[in-house]
Amino acid sequence: MNVTLRLAWRNLWRNRRRTWLTVGAMIFTNLLMIFLISLQLGSYDMMIENSLRAFTGHLQVQRLGYLEEPRLRESFNGAQALAEQLRSRLGVQNVAARAKGFALASSEDRSFGIQILGVEPDYEPRVSSLPGLVKTGSWFSSEAAEEIVLGAVVARNLKVGVGDEITLIGSGRDGSFAAALVTVVGLLESGIPDLDRLVAQMPLRTFQAVFSMPDQAHMLVVELGGLDQVAAALQQAQQLISERPELVALDWDVLQPGLKQAIQTDMASAWFMYAVLIILVSLSVMNTQLMSVLERTREFGTMLALGIRPGRLGRLVMLESLVMSGLGLAIGVCGGAILALYLSQAGFSYPGMEEMGAKFNLPGRIYPAFTLLALFWGPSVLFVGAMLATIYPALKLLRLQPVAAMRAV
Amino acid sequence: MSSVSCKDLSKTFTQGDEIIVGLDQVSINIEEGSFVCLSGPSGSGKTTLLNAIGGLDKPDGGEITIGEQRVDQMRKAELADMRLHNIGFVFQAYNLIPVLTALENVEFVMQVQGRAVAERRPAAMAILEEVGLKGMQDRLPSQLSGGQQQRVAVARAIVSKPTLVLADEPTANLDTKTSAQLMDLFVELNERRRVTFVIATHDPRIMAYCKRLIKMQDGKIVADDLQQPAIAAAG
Repeated sequence: MNVTLRLAWRNLWRNRRRTWLTVGAMIFTNLLMIFLISLQLGSYDMMIENSLRAFTGHLQVQRLGYLEEPRLRESFNGAQALAEQLRSRLGVQNVAARAKGFALASSEDRSFGIQILGVEPDYEPRVSSLPGLVKTGSWFSSEAAEEIVLGAVVARNLKVGVGDEITLIGSGRDGSFAAALVTVVGLLESGIPDLDRLVAQMPLRTFQAVFSMPDQAHMLVVELGGLDQVAAALQQAQQLISERPELVALDWDVLQPGLKQAIQTDMASAWFMYAVLIILVSLSVMNTQLMSVLERTREFGTMLALGIRPGRLGRLVMLESLVMSGLGLAIGVCGGAILALYLSQAGFSYPGMEEMGAKFNLPGRIYPAFTLLALFWGPSVLFVGAMLATIYPALKLLRLQPVAAMRAV
Repeated sequence: MSSVSCKDLSKTFTQGDEIIVGLDQVSINIEEGSFVCLSGPSGSGKTTLLNAIGGLDKPDGGEITIGEQRVDQMRKAELADMRLHNIGFVFQAYNLIPVLTALENVEFVMQVQGRAVAERRPAAMAILEEVGLKGMQDRLPSQLSGGQQQRVAVARAIVSKPTLVLADEPTANLDTKTSAQLMDLFVELNERRRVTFVIATHDPRIMAYCKRLIKMQDGKIVADDLQQPAIAAAG
């Protein structure tokens, strides 16, 4: 064994308790960071999936410019046929056409302006979690039923319930007068007041008839198995619509830019916390090494007298830190990997989370992400931090004078 | 590379407001194969002179030449290399590396020199046997007596065949019998291997082994005498 490595290894175990305390701090920090980062990444995935399932889906096909100016007339023809082609091309059934318009909704007592989504009754539940939130009443009875599902707050504002009729008055796509009498068949409770105040859905065919836009829609919504499938599906969708220049395929990142920003903001605050943790542990490593160097000043003086170059002593101390940090990294990452792998399969739940999930049609458990990033990002930075923290004690050795060092008590 | 020459060496230390003279225009020549004792009371400059010769401490002025090399003009790394390859040190407090066994301590210098295990292991074992520590090679310093530790230190100092051994009060922590055994060993090595020994001591029994006795006081050489060693090496 190399003499420097042998010395480094034996020196580490001269004060076992101190070494294990430092290694233990590194193991604990590595475990904690792996758990938190994998949980964080898992919760981002869940947050994205939940948000996409509630609103936009993983990707959409729209008329070019609709995203910037979502007006009624920015619809496209052959929506349902194109949806069928897209289902076939992607090999998934989770494609649904939607149309969006506004109307004045009137009950016997009140009138309110509401946003109405025209949805395909058979396919919408495949791409959205909202149909699952119909807690009172039911989903649509047929594809062309003159029915409407209202958000709970909308219904309360209009003072209507399941079975009541409301009148819709608005403008059709061609500027004609749009009017309909529809029956409230279901009330949707998301638990999010802003959403429950906004939502009103009716079958797409009924919507098309009311708003004079036969066979048209504003978007095809695609729900995929996961975020990792988006890029390939986007490419397929773009190929499919390549002969229709008025259409564009957009992924979730473009459709919901705020989502990514929210994640980045959360990440920044989490990274700050990790940085504090890493700095604290690195300072503890520096303290350990500094103590160790001070205790061995005489010994280092002897080595200098025997002809060891000061740089070699510095390398010895760096090697000691390397071994110590390596132990912390190896044990921490192994333990963290086992923990993250288990939780990524079994899931992780806060108290009350499963009840909340059941209420809002959301998953009741978070599944931490078992990824290389989650496993190695934090521990690698801690490893580097510990090595950087050893530079100061190592530099002290470069200035050591043999005679003065051998006189040290 | 064996003769030592010092010319007009001076060194002062500051202790609070007081300036202490360590060496005051010291000039000496030590021939190859000499067995020299530096004697004098504490603070006379013995250790300061040894440290200067060994390149452990820089003199304020003057010249030190070992063989053809000017020690006082060397940089830190050059001094380290010179000590590693040419000088063996024996300290009063043994100064063994506590985490290495007796064998590893002896091998240490050769290992740093980059010598292969096939070369250094037999040499270290042989020298341990020579200093009377056969069978104790796997003991840590904490498992050895003071005399045994000093023997390991001597073995470490001479195993790489340096031409000069500098020993600072090597017997100060040893009993009379062990001191005598150690000095016998020094004399034997000096005679058999022609290793130059410079020993700082204020113990008259140790001085009796030397062929040349240099007396120091207040940083100056006050006497420099050749003498017939009163005690010859055992055996």
